Amino acid sequence: MTIATERKVQAPGASEKSAPAAATDFPAIFGELQDELASRGSRRVTHLRQSAIRRFAELGFPTTRHEEWRFTNVKPLVRTPLTVAAPAEGSAPTVTAAELERYFYPDCTQLVLVNGRLAPELSHLEDLPAGAVVSSLADAWQSHPALIDQHLGRYASFDEHAFVALNTAFHRDGVFLYVPKGAVIDKPINLIVVGAAQAEPVAFFPRLLFVAEESSQVTIFEQHVSVGDGAYFTCPVLEVVAGANSTIDHYKLQRESTDAFHMSTLQVKQHRDTNFSSHCLSWGGSIVRNDVNATLDGENCTSILNGLYMVEGKQLVDNHMRVEHNQPNCYSHELYKGILEGEARAVFTGRIYVEEDAQKTDAVQANRNLLLSNKALCNSQPQLEIFADDVRCTHGSTVGQLDELAIFYLRSRGIGEEAARSLLTYAFAADIVTRVKLPQVRRDLEEFLFRRLPKGEIVRQAV
Amino acid sequence: MSLLDIKNLHAGVEGAEILKGVDLTVNAGEVHAIMGPNGSGKSTLAQVLAGREDYEVTEGTITYKGEDLLELDPEIRAREGIFLAFQYPVEIPGVSNVYFLKAALNAIRKHRDQEEIDAMDFLTYVKGKMEIVKMDEELLHRPVNEGFSGGEKKRNEVFHMAVLDPVLAVLDETDSGLDIDALKIVAAGVNSLRSEDRGFVVITHYQRLLEYIVPDVVHVMIDGKIVQTGGKELALELEEKGYGGHEREARDAAAASASPA
Repeated sequence: MTIATERKVQAPGASEKSAPAAATDFPAIFGELQDELASRGSRRVTHLRQSAIRRFAELGFPTTRHEEWRFTNVKPLVRTPLTVAAPAEGSAPTVTAAELERYFYPDCTQLVLVNGRLAPELSHLEDLPAGAVVSSLADAWQSHPALIDQHLGRYASFDEHAFVALNTAFHRDGVFLYVPKGAVIDKPINLIVVGAAQAEPVAFFPRLLFVAEESSQVTIFEQHVSVGDGAYFTCPVLEVVAGANSTIDHYKLQRESTDAFHMSTLQVKQHRDTNFSSHCLSWGGSIVRNDVNATLDGENCTSILNGLYMVEGKQLVDNHMRVEHNQPNCYSHELYKGILEGEARAVFTGRIYVEEDAQKTDAVQANRNLLLSNKALCNSQPQLEIFADDVRCTHGSTVGQLDELAIFYLRSRGIGEEAARSLLTYAFAADIVTRVKLPQVRRDLEEFLFRRLPKGEIVRQAV
Repeated sequence: MSLLDIKNLHAGVEGAEILKGVDLTVNAGEVHAIMGPNGSGKSTLAQVLAGREDYEVTEGTITYKGEDLLELDPEIRAREGIFLAFQYPVEIPGVSNVYFLKAALNAIRKHRDQEEIDAMDFLTYVKGKMEIVKMDEELLHRPVNEGFSGGEKKRNEVFHMAVLDPVLAVLDETDSGLDIDALKIVAAGVNSLRSEDRGFVVITHYQRLLEYIVPDVVHVMIDGKIVQTGGKELALELEEKGYGGHEREARDAAAASASPA
């Protein structure tokens, strides 16, 4: 064990008297941009946009008085004046391949979104099976309107979520992925969502829709990266539809600059006999919120939701999960691990909801945190809501420090103290690293750890 | 010059004194056994030798190869040739046993101004050492001690020792909890490493180990002090009579020193 002292997480009260005045008036901006936005997508989408902005006007930005945002204060974002308008013709930010090269993976279909818009010159498709669609959402509105209308906005609800509402109202582009019945996309999709900082902070709302039909299979990497320094706000929403008996593996690497605000939602709907896995790796950003919601709507579904976050300085990362077991004989497994340095903060909320009919549910949830500094803080709240009576559900949460005895053990073999601490920190992260099956992602994660950890070269040698 | 010279060593943790004046001299080529009941301070002595910072040395000196050992950090002691085989080896998930050893060996070699060993040479070197403790190759590639049985962990400690090639090896109850077959393997491993240049301090609770690792000197430790020193026959004597007499003496001595003269 690398965790010496394990204790139940205390939830210190967070207080905030009233909602701060927002520096960006999104409803007013929506009024100004209405015509432009209405040109994107069907009439249904336009209506959806209108409902979403109305709902946002009612909800406002969340404050720490909201139960779901108790420990995540988004005030720094709310107080940042943001540009939402599309850049004027010819002044759109350009990003070169050289700037993104380290995010390119060989042998992948590659899609690059720059500030929410597809950059065709940086994107290419590889060996897609017949009937498969990988395109910008903007193109798909023209080419596959019926499919979009059938799915877009049907899963990620904005009723109680201000950021999903903003994305639904303001999204201009994104990615549409469609895998037809029985098709297997061999080569992973590498989706690079770039935030290119501008003179003034910009806001953008990538909208991602992945539909996998019956017995199909696909693997997706979703990387969030920054080019240049400076604040921006990215607010992606991803809806995933897993058709019966499909297999979808999703990896998200959130590796943006520490000036970025990142509020994301992943909503997956699983039909019967599906295998869905998500690995959410977060080490960038200023304030990062990852909502991951899985709805298990058929029997015999498997949902694996893993995560690793490593934050330092004044970064805040909030992983917020909800797994809904609506049908019997499903399995869900969540393991989120976090490493906190400096004055960083981490929040974990995991709710497993088991419907009355969802007998024989097998749900496991764990959140483990390693604090490397006295000033780092973690709030972890696993929650179970169970209405069925024949289930196996467990949850657990720990916060601890490196085990001094283990450090001594390593030092007694000749390893220096700093390297010993780094080795044990790596060891803490290792069970997430080993769960990342794809070599490209795994190598990137390992590289990150070797670079971040002091004496990382010794760690590299020793693992 | 002796390899290790401990004089009047007092040490404790959080104000409680555990070692109350230990004297011990170990020469290169010698195997010293330290026996004693639970709580007598044997493991504390081992940990103090390896540099565990939880223990505070309040009095006395430890001289190793003529240098003040207490000045050195644990990793420097290791690089200078001190090895402690832990009573309870620590599990380190995600860190492979073999790569970890390579990193450790290279840290030691670097300290000694030797060239770092490359992966191929290291593997050849390690394979030879594995035979010493009849280690399963599978354990080489597993994370350090993770999921190892008690016996495998102890064997792994002796394997680490063989690879790191120490000058002074301290074995802290390496025999405890081993069945006879495992004990024989561990003892044979230690015996194969006996040499003129190397000293051993073998801490044990049971005389049985000393049938297989025959010591040059046996010490009895009671209540933080070495109360008797003798040849290997002392171990047999203790086996027959137990520590009872010594413990009584220690109690009487403590009572005498506590009461006003």
